[in-house]
Amino acid sequence: MRLSCPICGERDRREFHYGGAALERPAPEAGAAAWDAYLHLRENPAGRSRELWYHESGCTAWLVVERDTVTHEIHGVTLAAGGR
Amino acid sequence: MRFSALRILSEGLTGNRGWRPHWRDPEPKSEYDIVIIGGGGHGLSTAYYLAREHGLRNVAVLEKGYLGGGNVGRNTTIVRANYFLPGNSEFYSHSLKLWEGLEQELNYNVMHSQRGLINLFHSDGQRDAFARRGNAMVNQGDDAELLDRDGVRKHLPYLDFDNIRFPVYGGLLHRRGGTARHDAVAWGYARGASDRGVDLIQNCEVTGIDIANGRVTGVQTTRGAIRARKVAIVVAGRSGQVAAMAGMRLPIESHVLQAFVTEGLKPAINHVVSFGMGHFYISQSDKGGLVFGGDLDFYPSYAQRGNLPMAEHVMEAAMTLMPMIGKAKVLRSWGGIMDMTPDGSPIIDKTETEGLFLDCGWCYGGFKAVPGSGYSFAHLIATGRHHAPAAKFRLDRFRTGAGLMDEEGTGAQHNLH
Ligand SMILES: Cc1cc2nc3c(=O)[nH]c(=O)nc-3n(C[C@H](O)[C@H](O)[C@H](O)COP(=O)(O)OP(=O)(O)OC[C@H]3O[C@@H](n4cnc5c(N)ncnc54)[C@H](O)[C@@H]3O)c2cc1C
Ligand SMILES: [Zn+2]
Repeated sequence: MRLSCPICGERDRREFHYGGAALERPAPEAGAAAWDAYLHLRENPAGRSRELWYHESGCTAWLVVERDTVTHEIHGVTLAAGGR
Repeated sequence: MRFSALRILSEGLTGNRGWRPHWRDPEPKSEYDIVIIGGGGHGLSTAYYLAREHGLRNVAVLEKGYLGGGNVGRNTTIVRANYFLPGNSEFYSHSLKLWEGLEQELNYNVMHSQRGLINLFHSDGQRDAFARRGNAMVNQGDDAELLDRDGVRKHLPYLDFDNIRFPVYGGLLHRRGGTARHDAVAWGYARGASDRGVDLIQNCEVTGIDIANGRVTGVQTTRGAIRARKVAIVVAGRSGQVAAMAGMRLPIESHVLQAFVTEGLKPAINHVVSFGMGHFYISQSDKGGLVFGGDLDFYPSYAQRGNLPMAEHVMEAAMTLMPMIGKAKVLRSWGGIMDMTPDGSPIIDKTETEGLFLDCGWCYGGFKAVPGSGYSFAHLIATGRHHAPAAKFRLDRFRTGAGLMDEEGTGAQHNLH
């Protein structure tokens, strides 16, 4: 598996660290249910999924990766900061 | 059909023509008291104990593939009771006791082999942690012995004790730990359940869960609708998808875990051994293959196969710890889908839907739990009350923060276990 970092180009999976599902972070006062959902509950899709990956051994950018969890196919990689 | 020495002898002398299928292959009925979704180890043991302990026989197990084709037939078969935290400790202790009587109970040779398990440690800090774990195990009534370096050498003379980076300081020996034949466990429970009247229905995928007024009423399947008063979800890595049919989102992410096996070799590794500093553990099967594995690939996957970086990591760890196996040829590798919870501990609980029950979150350690989970889950389904050894496996512990069981001490957060 390889990821195409928008800054560094195509790199080996070993340079990246998976950092969890790409979710909207709730406001601090959003309430317990919203925070429980954000921290714990997962759609856990079999198919297309939006994930955060960290380019640990590269540019250290956080990336939003659209990936298929069944085929491991990568559909798109954008920068998490300002990339959306 | 039961096994006995006489039966095996007489079949052997008559060309083995008298054996019959171990379980019935019935058509699904339109209605059951209890429908169990998932014919893995946990679903089958749950069905068995519902019939055996609670006299509930109007039960069906619905399996989308074939019995034992999921994780129960893909794991590295380690059976142990060396957990540390209250909740896990009493549960795995209970499960191991069930293992110890399982072959007699099921009249089935599950090849349960209590060959001893040794967790190695490689620093003073790790020794302290394992001493503490050993004390917890002894307090629970299970066995643990702290071995120093020479103690380990007596059992495992072939390790690279003086590895410059990770010298062996000692190990925690759990003599009652060992392995079992994974398929046989599924088959033994399947036969026992089928004999007691449970319908085991294969090639039957559940595609919907019917709910009316907050109560479960049945399931939709690829073989038609089936009504049920109670429905139990026991689908391991597929828990997220099946729970979604009931409108639930679970604290679960599905990750891939790989395992590897070599060609058959003469007996060399007599224990289950785990490396304390790289992710690697190993045992030798009765056929002679070295069965070993490591950690998750660490990204969500339903592919049932992993990637090469983890394979490389596992092989490197193997070579660091026991260079003697370096010439063994790896025959196969495979992966299974692990239902990972944020704290690494499982869930056996009711849900907000009346009559709908959930057993999941076994992460990479649910094979040893097959007897205990089935026993406790059957108790919950039958009586509506939590069974004492599994009473702490609550679904709401993540929401409330009370009763989290994080064995590794890394934090009750996704992707840390
Ligand atoms: C490589 C590897 C090594 C492991 N090593 C160990 C070990 O050494 N010791 C240990 O204790 N544990 C180990 N485990 C973990 C253990 O195998 C699992 O935790 C356990 O088997 C999961 O429970 P199960 O047997 O019920 O799962 P499964 O056998 O996966 O059963 C779930 C079943 O549900 C079925 N299903 C899914 N969706 C549907 C649907 N919609 N309708 C109908 N049926 C459905 C699936 O087809 C499957 O058969 C390991 C796992 C792997 C992958
Ligand atoms: Zn980069």
